[in-house]
Amino acid sequence: MLLSETATSPLFSLVPLIVFLPVLGLLLNILFGGRMGEKAIGWLTSAAAGLTFVVSALLAYALWAAHGETVVVPFADWITIGSLHIPWNFRVDTLSVTMMLVVSGVGTLIHIYAIGYMHEDVRFKNDPKRFRRFFVFLNLFIAMMMILVSGDSYLMLFVGWEGVGLCSFLLIGFWYEMDTLGRPSWANSNAAKKAMITNRIGDFGFLLAAMTMFWAFGSVQFGEVFGKAEEIAAAQPGIIIAITLFMLIGVTGKSAQIPLYVWLPDAMAGPTPVSALIHAATMVTAGVYLVARSWPLYTLAPDAQYIVAMVGAVTALFAATIAVGQYDIKKVLAYSTISQLGFMVAAVGMGAFVAGMFHLVTHAFFKALLFLSAGSVILGLERGHHHLAHHGGHTDHHEEVFDPGDMRNMGGLRKRMPVTFWLYIIGTLALAGIFPFAGFWSKDEILLDAAKLHPEVFILLTIAAFFTAFYMGRQIWMVFFGEPRHEAAAHAEESPKVMTVPLMVLAGLSVLGGALNLPGVHTLGHWLEHTIELAEHELHLPAWLAISWGGLNPVVALVSTLLALLAIYISWLIYGRKPLQAGQPDPLKKALGPLFTGMENKWFVDEAYWAVFVDRYVDIARFLADVVDWRFWHDWFHDKVIAGTYNWLSHIALNRYADQKGIDAFFNGLGDLTKRLSTSLRRLQNGFVRSYALAVMLGVVVIVGYLLMK
Amino acid sequence: MIPLTYYLLVSAILFAMGALGVLIRRNALVIFMSVELMLNAANLAFVAFARQYNAFSGQLFVFFVMTVAAAEVAVGLALIVAIFRVKHNIDVDQMSSLKG
Repeated sequence: MLLSETATSPLFSLVPLIVFLPVLGLLLNILFGGRMGEKAIGWLTSAAAGLTFVVSALLAYALWAAHGETVVVPFADWITIGSLHIPWNFRVDTLSVTMMLVVSGVGTLIHIYAIGYMHEDVRFKNDPKRFRRFFVFLNLFIAMMMILVSGDSYLMLFVGWEGVGLCSFLLIGFWYEMDTLGRPSWANSNAAKKAMITNRIGDFGFLLAAMTMFWAFGSVQFGEVFGKAEEIAAAQPGIIIAITLFMLIGVTGKSAQIPLYVWLPDAMAGPTPVSALIHAATMVTAGVYLVARSWPLYTLAPDAQYIVAMVGAVTALFAATIAVGQYDIKKVLAYSTISQLGFMVAAVGMGAFVAGMFHLVTHAFFKALLFLSAGSVILGLERGHHHLAHHGGHTDHHEEVFDPGDMRNMGGLRKRMPVTFWLYIIGTLALAGIFPFAGFWSKDEILLDAAKLHPEVFILLTIAAFFTAFYMGRQIWMVFFGEPRHEAAAHAEESPKVMTVPLMVLAGLSVLGGALNLPGVHTLGHWLEHTIELAEHELHLPAWLAISWGGLNPVVALVSTLLALLAIYISWLIYGRKPLQAGQPDPLKKALGPLFTGMENKWFVDEAYWAVFVDRYVDIARFLADVVDWRFWHDWFHDKVIAGTYNWLSHIALNRYADQKGIDAFFNGLGDLTKRLSTSLRRLQNGFVRSYALAVMLGVVVIVGYLLMK
Repeated sequence: MIPLTYYLLVSAILFAMGALGVLIRRNALVIFMSVELMLNAANLAFVAFARQYNAFSGQLFVFFVMTVAAAEVAVGLALIVAIFRVKHNIDVDQMSSLKG
């Protein structure tokens, strides 16, 4: 481990540990986990994640002490081919350290929570041995995510990018042989495959971006690319636009934006800690990080920036409408995540990198909190269900499959699970953007930047924020209020401390996370300024937008907060005042009619993709397999052309002519000749001794005659 | 003194008789005797020339011929006896089992 010249603090040399501590954790787990108990496995991996957080914090401190100066720590040579030289360097700057802190901090809390969650989950699914595997994957994920955020080149980032994709695949398909309800099926592995394949499409875009970059810049190192960016942009502006748009494809895959978001809702097939860690707080924000990391490229391509912002804004609104029509507690949160990622992508797309990163951080807190609380709710219902199955005595009644994640089975849980209830309320208020929770500050910053830069993005995001508050309100009323709609909900039990304590920490962060970047102080903004230079826009703002209370615009803040409160009030009118009864259809269904059917069915996007892409793809594959491969290549080309020609050659040319007419004829002729010769010669062998004697005598006469005549 | 020509003439007549006997007769014993006749015709010629030219080696060669003839008769008679035992016949024209 070498220190770069700029590194003054020896703390920077610790940076490889952020990758190797989790790797050590998972190796120990693989080697000795079989002999360790669940507690030891869980705490070992949590300790690995926790130590990673400590190292990240030390790095943050060292960076603060070095006034935010970017440090590149060379670690190893990776690729050296001719002039191409790609080392594995660790880049420690304010942006990467922010990501490291979020990943390892939230990650550690989720590790601890998972000890309690998986303990029960593996028992409900009757496979306690799989406990260890889960934690191996979790540590692998942390290591890969750290490679992603600390990489010093697009290629190193891509290694992490693919690594987290792999972990995502492994963990979505963790219960690969069943569906989310535990019935034997390939539903979960299909969800994992869907995530993998959809992400491959995005990765294709990422690779195109990286290759274009290498072609144009001759390097994929951040430093070299960003250094030359302005020069190239002046010479060939199209190149920068191409790179940034290719990169956007990668972002839409990993960060679940239109058109590639479809995998994320299905990814809820994974255990809930996975949904919280990978599919809400960290991995899916990699796309946002990528755009923020590539800020020098995006700021040079305003057209691309606008497209990114619109993709994010449209996704934010679109996913929010779908979330309104979902019944599964995790599906609502999944669409909410897509929607919130849309906020972040819109922000970083507009050039509001700080606002986007700020929302990334606060979202990691409150969405992890919401997912983990949802996990707690689901397990609470599972416990209630099992309680009934064991003590209720009416086993016949429970033959029908019980879905513990369906909100229509819940209701009245605030009394059965008070801790989870309050945690959920905090997460909801933070997500809805209610003052003074974390989400308020970050969402408000995005909305303000949008209002200043692109009014249409601002309008889309504001409507999305309204829907956000509405579907979260709907969820709260359906899950925690009213009367239980299922016996399992009536017998739900609160989760143990190992699960609720990490949630309390996250709840604390969800309340106080806004302090990271309060108006007037802008801690995070100043921290990221060391890495990201924000462009100063000369804007002619209307009077109401020009008001600034230390960076907070009271109009925007008031409008968004009032809209959120209004949405919650409407949700109370619909779901809170007259709680849903068991078996009753969603009241919105009658009010909205076909519109709600669309929301309920995800606007039939999956079906449309299936019809337009998957079926066509299958058709092409079938055509290729049946017609091209089998009939053309196998039946015609192989059988007729190759085998036919060969047969003709061997049968006609070689066998009939060369072999039969040539070689056979020669040797048969030789035999015939010998035979004919012997037939004529055998007449001499008449067996009469006297004729032999005559021949001898004649011979003697001839010889002697010859000798005499000579 | 009887000239050499007479001896040679007798020898030639004897040889011709022997040769004709071999070619014409079918009895193996007679053929055998004809062969002896030819050998002795040759002996006569040897002796005649030896005396004419005073060359001792001609006389000597007669002994060799007589020895060979005796050996030949011994082997030949044994063969004839063996054949007779199988075929009860010594007609050489019957001994044609090696006919091609």
